[in-house]
Amino acid sequence: MSVLAAAADTGVQIGTGEAIVFWVLGPVALAGALGMVLSRNAVHSALWLVNTMLALGVLYVVQEAPFLGAVQIIVYTGAIMILFLFVLMLVGRDTSDSVVETLRGQRIAAIVLGIGFAGLVGAGIAEATRDTPVTGLEAVQGGAGGAADGNVQAIAELLFTRYLLAFEITSALLITAAVGAMVLAHTEREPGTRQSQKELSRARFLTGDHPQTLPGPGVYARANSIAAPGRLPDGSPSQASFSTGVEPQVVDELPSTGSTGAERSGLSHAGGTDAALGTLEGTGQPARGGEPS
Amino acid sequence: MIDVVAARDQPTLSDFGHDVWWIVLIKIVGIFGVLVVMTLFAIVFERKVVARMQQRIGPNRVGPRGYLQSLADGLKLAFKEDIMPALADRPVYFLAPVIATIPAFLAFSVIPLGPTVSIFGERTPLQLTDAPIGVLVVLACSAMGVYGIVLAGWASGSTYPLLGGLRSAAQMVSYEIAMGLSIVAVFLYAGSMSTSEIVAAQADGTSLSVFGLGFTGPSWFAVLLPVSFVIYVIAVVGETNRAPFDLPEAESELVGGFHTEYSSLKFALFFLAEYVNMVTVSALAATLFLGGWRAPWPISIWDGANTGWWPLLWFFAKVVVALFVFIWLRGTLPRLRYDQFMRFGWKVLVPTALVWILVVATMRTVSREADLDGGEVAVFVGVPIALIVLAGLLIASRVSNRDTRVAARAAAAGSVNPTEPEVLAPSRSRDRTAGGFPVPPMDLRVPPSPRLRSREVVGAGTVVGTGRRSNPSTDPAPTEEDGDV
Repeated sequence: MSVLAAAADTGVQIGTGEAIVFWVLGPVALAGALGMVLSRNAVHSALWLVNTMLALGVLYVVQEAPFLGAVQIIVYTGAIMILFLFVLMLVGRDTSDSVVETLRGQRIAAIVLGIGFAGLVGAGIAEATRDTPVTGLEAVQGGAGGAADGNVQAIAELLFTRYLLAFEITSALLITAAVGAMVLAHTEREPGTRQSQKELSRARFLTGDHPQTLPGPGVYARANSIAAPGRLPDGSPSQASFSTGVEPQVVDELPSTGSTGAERSGLSHAGGTDAALGTLEGTGQPARGGEPS
Repeated sequence: MIDVVAARDQPTLSDFGHDVWWIVLIKIVGIFGVLVVMTLFAIVFERKVVARMQQRIGPNRVGPRGYLQSLADGLKLAFKEDIMPALADRPVYFLAPVIATIPAFLAFSVIPLGPTVSIFGERTPLQLTDAPIGVLVVLACSAMGVYGIVLAGWASGSTYPLLGGLRSAAQMVSYEIAMGLSIVAVFLYAGSMSTSEIVAAQADGTSLSVFGLGFTGPSWFAVLLPVSFVIYVIAVVGETNRAPFDLPEAESELVGGFHTEYSSLKFALFFLAEYVNMVTVSALAATLFLGGWRAPWPISIWDGANTGWWPLLWFFAKVVVALFVFIWLRGTLPRLRYDQFMRFGWKVLVPTALVWILVVATMRTVSREADLDGGEVAVFVGVPIALIVLAGLLIASRVSNRDTRVAARAAAAGSVNPTEPEVLAPSRSRDRTAGGFPVPPMDLRVPPSPRLRSREVVGAGTVVGTGRRSNPSTDPAPTEEDGDV
């Protein structure tokens, strides 16, 4: 507020639109910050933080720093927070923070200390900027890039002249961090130890006599149990369809003439196709109450 | 570059921000309407074009020649039952389609649709707004749109949507980098990030004289910066989750991907967002690389082509052509495997874009120092270099595919085993997969879970998961219940 008042004093007028945007987005950003701290769910916290970042980005744009605002939204909100979300989603959606306080009274202490710190910083900034004259954006940019060039050119000129060393050192630091993370997380394989897909495919076709997938059990048979072997076109069980670990189950042969029980007995509906599937009697398996599986 | 030609109707940055409120309202409603209509058109267009490519007819029942099919589908979708899954995270599940849709519409606000025209007596540019960072607004909106998809996948509380959301998070972030880098060269050439000034920078080609013949060189950045254009086209296909990069919603792998659990209007919003994004990136391609709303060459001879309302026609023609390319890709290419897709993005697109930015920046500096025109440098230096690089790539690909070609020729000549590769053992040759079927290990001993301490410890030492049917009388029943520990 003191900044606003000082701005009003020194003649740099703050437009109505800017004031409205500030008083709308300020509480929104604050609500986002509080929500981030108070949310139990980590993803909800991340979303509240996104809310705050978006509000800050719009505030930058309103204060005639459109490039900063866009970069805030693209880099922080769009890339970094997405990576945060990525990790949180990998962790799992049901992992919430533990509500058990391991250090007794730490919550109260944290609240008191947090409010105290915020008060200190706020008071310090307010005191430091109280008597600072507001010069306005044009005067500031007139020194660096020229007021007519606008914010983008002014930032570019400052970055590549006055702050070039800091800029380059920051980029070197970031690259070091990225390379370090990769070195720590990456497992190096000896070249040639891992077969490529082409090699695997060739090996499969050359070694086995069955290049395609094996026949599924029971697919062409008269039961859909995994224990029933698949049938070859001549009706004999296919050895390739036997599953290891499962005792093959003997299924009744098809009737020699006709494909359904109804045709066999000469009646239109006697037995039906279910009856033609046969029973499990004599196979050592318990019959399932007459219901064919 | 910007003040090369300040045509009478060419809007500049200072023309924005002075409109009367009802002009702004008309523009907003107009853009919204255009995007919705373009979505409906794009869906029918896609279905019809893909149908023709597959020797079918396509939708032909609703409306004249079937062109109202997507309208009918949209209405039907809106009236379907809205299902909220029991495991869904309710607020996020509700917010996700909204987050996906709003940035998609927002991005179109900086796309220039035409020159300065007169609406009810008011002279105003055919563009909602512009900023010194115009193109970055589109990038920011596409960055926000990722949240919609990622959160939809997470909030659904189901496996396939979560996988789709994870995929899209990784995919869209990495392809956004390639997309942003591809645009940098355009910024360097245009000297601005505002969309209207980028269109203005493509107004006139440079005059060249080759062997005494004077003619006007190309002005579109697609010709001047071909590598940027190609990278942009590839990257936006990944960015919009379209085939062949539609891994977040790969039907054959993930059912529907991130929107599996969505129905009714929420699903319609995702659909809308996807197609609006397609239209937006097509419009951005036209703006950045294809001369914006300016008429293409044979038409641009006519003096009136770039004045009044005519440019709307050229602009939307370019957008429809770009949409056709999207559909063409979908009808032609199979979906990439996920690791190949990520490798392509990070190891091909991003390094190529970086090297290309270096080349373009060098060319700009040289042309400024040597007082050459940018177009001349591009044509005399860029085109030969591009040809050399293309020839090099062609030779490299032929060399790397040599074995396959030799094998194919031998096979065509009747050879049974044209090559003699070393016979590799099948990868998983352990005895438990000897029959080809994956079976759980027969002797797996699972230690008792610490979470089961309060309950009776039954799993200790017992063999679980043999897959073998045992006699029910001797099998302890609790192991079956705890089998999923």
